[in-house]
Amino acid sequence: MKNYCSKERHGSMRRALIRSLVSLPLALAVSTQLMAAPATSDVNTTGLAVTDDTVTVGILHSVTGTMAISETGSVQAEKLAIDQINAMGGVLGRKIEYIQEDGASDWPTFAEKAKKLLVNDKVASVFGCWTSASRKAVLPVFEQYNGMLYYPTFYEGLEESPNVIYTGQEATQQIIAGIDWVVKNKGAKKFFLLGSDYIWPRTSNKIARKHIEKLGLEVVGEEYYPLGHTQFNSVINKIKLKKPDVLYAIVVGGSNVAFYKQLKAAGIDMTKEKPIVLTISVTEDEILGIGGENIVGAYAAMKYFQSLPNDNNKAFVKAFKEKWGKDIVIGDVTQAAYLGPWLWKAAVEKAGSFDIDKIKESSPGIELTMAPEGYVKIHPNHHLWSKTRIGRAKDDGQYAVVFETKELIEPDPFPEGYQ
Amino acid sequence: MFQGYTAAELTSIFAMQGFAGLSLFSVFVLMALGLAIIFGQMGVINMAHGEFMILGAYVTYLTSNFFSEHLSSMFSLYFFVAMILAFIAAALLGALVEWVLIRHLYRRPLDTLLATWGLSLILQQGYRTIFGAREVGVTLPDWLMGSYAITDMIEVPVNGLFVMCLTILITIGVYLVMQKSRLGKQTRAVVQNRAMAGAVGINTEKVDRFTFALGCGIAGIAGSAFTMIGSTGPTAGQLYIVDTFLVVVFGGASNLLGTVASAFTISQAQSTMEFFLSGSMAKVLTLLTVVGILMLRPQGLFTLKIRS
Repeated sequence: MKNYCSKERHGSMRRALIRSLVSLPLALAVSTQLMAAPATSDVNTTGLAVTDDTVTVGILHSVTGTMAISETGSVQAEKLAIDQINAMGGVLGRKIEYIQEDGASDWPTFAEKAKKLLVNDKVASVFGCWTSASRKAVLPVFEQYNGMLYYPTFYEGLEESPNVIYTGQEATQQIIAGIDWVVKNKGAKKFFLLGSDYIWPRTSNKIARKHIEKLGLEVVGEEYYPLGHTQFNSVINKIKLKKPDVLYAIVVGGSNVAFYKQLKAAGIDMTKEKPIVLTISVTEDEILGIGGENIVGAYAAMKYFQSLPNDNNKAFVKAFKEKWGKDIVIGDVTQAAYLGPWLWKAAVEKAGSFDIDKIKESSPGIELTMAPEGYVKIHPNHHLWSKTRIGRAKDDGQYAVVFETKELIEPDPFPEGYQ
Repeated sequence: MFQGYTAAELTSIFAMQGFAGLSLFSVFVLMALGLAIIFGQMGVINMAHGEFMILGAYVTYLTSNFFSEHLSSMFSLYFFVAMILAFIAAALLGALVEWVLIRHLYRRPLDTLLATWGLSLILQQGYRTIFGAREVGVTLPDWLMGSYAITDMIEVPVNGLFVMCLTILITIGVYLVMQKSRLGKQTRAVVQNRAMAGAVGINTEKVDRFTFALGCGIAGIAGSAFTMIGSTGPTAGQLYIVDTFLVVVFGGASNLLGTVASAFTISQAQSTMEFFLSGSMAKVLTLLTVVGILMLRPQGLFTLKIRS
């Protein structure tokens, strides 16, 4: 924690310095600006909830209903980031306060609460949403009332809004590097694609199929099951019959638990890699429900694993456990949610203002060196450059990282040739 | 789709597919038995059935934690204890719910639908508050999670066999209780003619409470068994409720034999179609078929003929 705090503070001071030098009329005030917060009338010209010593933001996730399982981690990460930023002195000298609203796993509720946060509370930014459906529901609200949303989940892409910063991966970032890895390192030739039946798994598998076929390899099966499906014996038999080298699984939610338990009970030992199971939908959070012993040996393509050995991540995991309990696990999306408040802080400081329009402009190019996943940078399309990593599930519910891309992967929410 | 496979491969796949159908059948029966008793015998539309199942699952979770901490030498046997406890817990909660809520709503079936739906939301939020929003992982004894290899190709999941045996035992048990025991006879008498049953001295209130508690208790056992094949979380009960009602309504609500027959029909249809078509299409076709048959035969497959 200490290490990157100080690094970050130097960074922000340097940015503040450069900014002050650029704006000549303020050049003389450099020293005072570093000591005292800038006047509220200067940094907030549109009537947001900013006072001389506080700034109010919104947290909008489901803490009740079926999605609470997934969204709890994101809420915890965002609160941790806000605490840490406040401990460092806040944003432009202002302490962050938050208003938390419950989307209740219901998309119209998300839209209604988003409107409340933006119109009544005038929050300076919102960290929230999890499913694509909830994001699609709030998007028009954020665009109409000009708010800023930091959205944490890896998702199917095909979207780009000036009012949203996507801190998770869009589909190509998660899929292509993973398939390349399994083809190159495991000699995989035949793939079986499996998913829950809604937009994210279908879009992802479409990209996967295009890429597999582009490599001249074969997809021997593609299957979808309704969300919440709990009986996978028939498809497991089908997989046994088709004998793919790779089972590419994008099963979501409670179905996940049923699927991996039944896979194991049907005698498919994932540690033997026949077939190799590669997933993009199971983080450490999901393994809590599945049970490590039922998924040991499967591979996952993500950008973050709790077991990443870098110093940023060690400090992050330690702080997270101190705040939320030692048994807690941290999945890919939780880490992406943690980036939201930090990216917003950096954008505000770069712009020298809380104004939404200025944040939109200043966001592209923002870098975080303290991110638990390592260095990230905001692309002009408002997604993040990030690495793809492959982890292998262990029986204690953690992943061992077996591969990571050398370079950051460019976000490409509208991939040509994959539509 | 079968070109390029040897006869041996096809035989073994069909054998395993047959087993998959049977294991789906036993899952359906186990899910639906408790509801069939409550819905069929009492006319109460219990939307909280899934939540009673999840109570059983959470009891199993607690029992497994207790055994691994205090009685680790007996861990391989904890599942049996867990099922008994799950039955007791769900039956007790059922009796309480009947006393507080349901008994005021007899003869108002649509109101029971709303009230039990509300109950399901309350229970879900209760589980969330007590156990956390995240799913919990129930550690199972190793012997339950393996598979039994008959030949190189045919592997039979032990948990599937276990659910099958459990279903057979419970179905026989329920049949005996309902047909042979004094309480069962009283229950059936109350179903056929409540006023008359009361007049001959049957305590109808007690019978109602017993019936509701029995249905909930069986749901608890089902929930306990399903920790082997599914997830345990606050809202996991919702995953089962649609299939459960489908089986019960299709079978003809007032007849347990109908429930078994309808579970068999639906499970075989679904598992065969899942094999030849995709999962979502199989579900669509199953639902369409059920709707079609119910249009021709609104009372379900089997009905109890009584004068009214």
